[in-house]
Amino acid sequence: MSLLDVKDLSVRYDGATVVDAFSFVVDAGESVGLVGESGSGKSQTALAILGLLPRQASVSGSIRFDGSELLSATEQSLNRVRAERIGIVFQDPLQALNPYLRVGRQLREILVRHELASGMDADARVIHMLGRVGLPDPHRQFHAYPHQLSGGMRQRVMLASALIAEPDLLIADEPTTALDVTVQAQILELLEEVRDDTALLLITHDLAVVAGHCERMLVLKKGRLVDAGATTSLFASPGHAHTRVLLDAAPRIDRVDIPPPATGVSILGVEAAEVSYAESGNERLRAVRDVSFSLRAGETVAVVGESGSGKSSLVRAMLGLVPMQAGRVVYAGAPMEGPVESRNMAQRRDLQLVFQDPIGALNPQMRVQDIVGESLLVHEPELSAVARKAKVVEALEQVGLSDEYLGRYPHQLSGGQAQRVAIARALILGPKVLICDEAVAALDGSVREQVLELLRKVQIETGLSILFITHDLAVVRAISHRVLVMYMGRMVEFANNATLFATPRHPYTRALIDAVPVPDPVAPSRKAPLMGEVPSVLHPPPGCVFHPRCQYAEEICRTRRPMARDIQGARVVCHRAEELDL
Amino acid sequence: MKVMKNRAITVSGTILLTIAVVALVGPWLSPHDYVSTDFDRVLLAPTIADAHLFGTDELGRDLFVRTMLGIRVTLLVALVASFVSLVIGVAYGAIAGFVGGRVDAVMMRFVDTLYALPFIFFVILLMVAFERNFLLIFVAIGAVNWLDMARIVRGQTLSLREREFVEAARLTGVRNRRIIFRHIAPNLIGIVVVYVTLTIPQAILVESFLSFLGLGIQEPQTSLGALVDAGVNLMEGASWALLFPAGLLALILMCFNFFGDGLRDFFDARQAN
Repeated sequence: MSLLDVKDLSVRYDGATVVDAFSFVVDAGESVGLVGESGSGKSQTALAILGLLPRQASVSGSIRFDGSELLSATEQSLNRVRAERIGIVFQDPLQALNPYLRVGRQLREILVRHELASGMDADARVIHMLGRVGLPDPHRQFHAYPHQLSGGMRQRVMLASALIAEPDLLIADEPTTALDVTVQAQILELLEEVRDDTALLLITHDLAVVAGHCERMLVLKKGRLVDAGATTSLFASPGHAHTRVLLDAAPRIDRVDIPPPATGVSILGVEAAEVSYAESGNERLRAVRDVSFSLRAGETVAVVGESGSGKSSLVRAMLGLVPMQAGRVVYAGAPMEGPVESRNMAQRRDLQLVFQDPIGALNPQMRVQDIVGESLLVHEPELSAVARKAKVVEALEQVGLSDEYLGRYPHQLSGGQAQRVAIARALILGPKVLICDEAVAALDGSVREQVLELLRKVQIETGLSILFITHDLAVVRAISHRVLVMYMGRMVEFANNATLFATPRHPYTRALIDAVPVPDPVAPSRKAPLMGEVPSVLHPPPGCVFHPRCQYAEEICRTRRPMARDIQGARVVCHRAEELDL
Repeated sequence: MKVMKNRAITVSGTILLTIAVVALVGPWLSPHDYVSTDFDRVLLAPTIADAHLFGTDELGRDLFVRTMLGIRVTLLVALVASFVSLVIGVAYGAIAGFVGGRVDAVMMRFVDTLYALPFIFFVILLMVAFERNFLLIFVAIGAVNWLDMARIVRGQTLSLREREFVEAARLTGVRNRRIIFRHIAPNLIGIVVVYVTLTIPQAILVESFLSFLGLGIQEPQTSLGALVDAGVNLMEGASWALLFPAGLLALILMCFNFFGDGLRDFFDARQAN
């Protein structure tokens, strides 16, 4: 008998079927990946198993856990099952933890409430568990509030609370999606390490995560199971076309067609940029420190870094959206200074921005036609309404949208369509430089691939230069000619795409590359993930900012700040760059 | 229209509309007027025979006509006061929020200062300084209500200003005027409409309160508040003089509150989609 046996599970809302006759089993101790794009019903399935669907949902079918039916179970018996036998980890640990209770008490409560342990015994078990999930100094963290922990530490606490009752099944719903890539690698590793013989149902949109951590996988599309089987065999020969689509869309950093290096003249450059923000108590958060790089005509430079690396602050300062405290920006040989409002119209026309959240970047009260055409009103006021509309249609065609979208409002668009509209708005003036701030981060795999393809196409057609900010190395690999790696506001390495991935010179670059999961279950296992997390940018460590996490750090790294040096075509900021073999 | 699907909006809207129409047309159909006294028919209970639907008061004036007149005055005061608070509050709040910085700080401290004034004291001061006057009531109520509106609109504007579509407009060089009118104002409409429908009952209450204290509408003009005040004195023996205006006042207040709540749900649902 299987541990979890789901038969013909259907979930409907008001006539819309989000999960459609879904059947699967999870055996004791095995790990199963549940994969699908957003809206495929994977999270709804998890909620149904846990009995946590909202009241409006109508559920049918059967969910048997260890032989007993969950769908018809009373709230009381469900509570017992959830507490003792099924552990759950959600995407956002901050929402899943009670902000008013100390971490130790929240975990302790699980044990005491269900009479699994009490008193000193419970405390000891909690501390032991916190230690197992890798919290440094568990005795002290026992008394910490959730907000005092970093995102990665919170997710570790979530994992501890899910596993403390030693459940038979662990359901993890996008457990690492909100985390930085080096932390994601740590958590995935940990998940594998601490679950022992607990079965795992891992829900994710990321095939690379499944590849490394699940024995079997299930592929959902629009609520229906379209493919199932052993991970290795499905990756080798997908049973369904949709699995193929997902696999093809999964970005890989190990083998891709890298764009050839561009050789144009420098069009946009920044020298010794400093950006800082006022914090309370006369402190300044120094988001960007001494960063210089340039973008050539017709090339794509990716700026990559984890959260807090200052990559967004850097480009926002270049655009004049936030003030730059020192350094200068040069565009086409002329300096660009001051806030965006004070810059000349030609420069503003040439530099355009595409945002991360496609829906938030479009005014909900305006139609696509007005959104895309708005900048024409400013830059080409002499155009007649008809001519303007013609240009809008042309711009929409350029991004692959027909004129039927002209009259739509943003809420009537999907994420991918909205991002195309945003790109059309940026392209309509024929800019020289397009700056994309995490422009594909909010999109599903296959849509992301399409948008990247679109950017590549536009670049080839128009010779556009692209500055692409991202945290995703696979995207960097696929789209950029050169890569600027940032860490805690400082430049770490700046090199050609091929050079950077083949021979990274900085230990942080190496660690970032290693941390990216590869969507291939038979790929050779990689090195141990980078330890620790990004320290507070407000109080950066002395010397090289990376030294607390660097396995190669020496005395000089702790005391002196490294200077940028050119080593075989790469610009590296590391004391030991020449001697290290990474 | 999807608005029509909302039960709270349709039901309370229909009731309000009916009351308003009857208040406008009713006195015109009645053989009585609101000033004529008839000492033969003092404190008459409601009767159809004489067309005294709501009875008469201690001066023999027809209470139906007076109540309808009171509704007209009360609704007028509430609508005008809300309109005043809408215009001043939205303009003030939007400017403070959009310009930001020092201008915002000075403008909002001024609002805080006005908040600190004791309202009744302020009204009595107005009454003493000027003659008792219909206009003063508008001024008094409007002066208080726009403060809340300004704060709400400012907060909303501040968050809208940071939104990415506003940034995109700033980047290409769209002028401030257009940013305010095309990007910020339309996105404020939802919250403003909801807030206005919720200020109307507030204004009605304030007007009734002032009239009840004798600071509001002066005889022979009347409002629901003034009628309730008069009705309280006749409560023993002529309960109708209190019940009709008080009941209608309560009904109108409830309807506006439901209407506002319904609108809020409607806009919330639209945002959630």
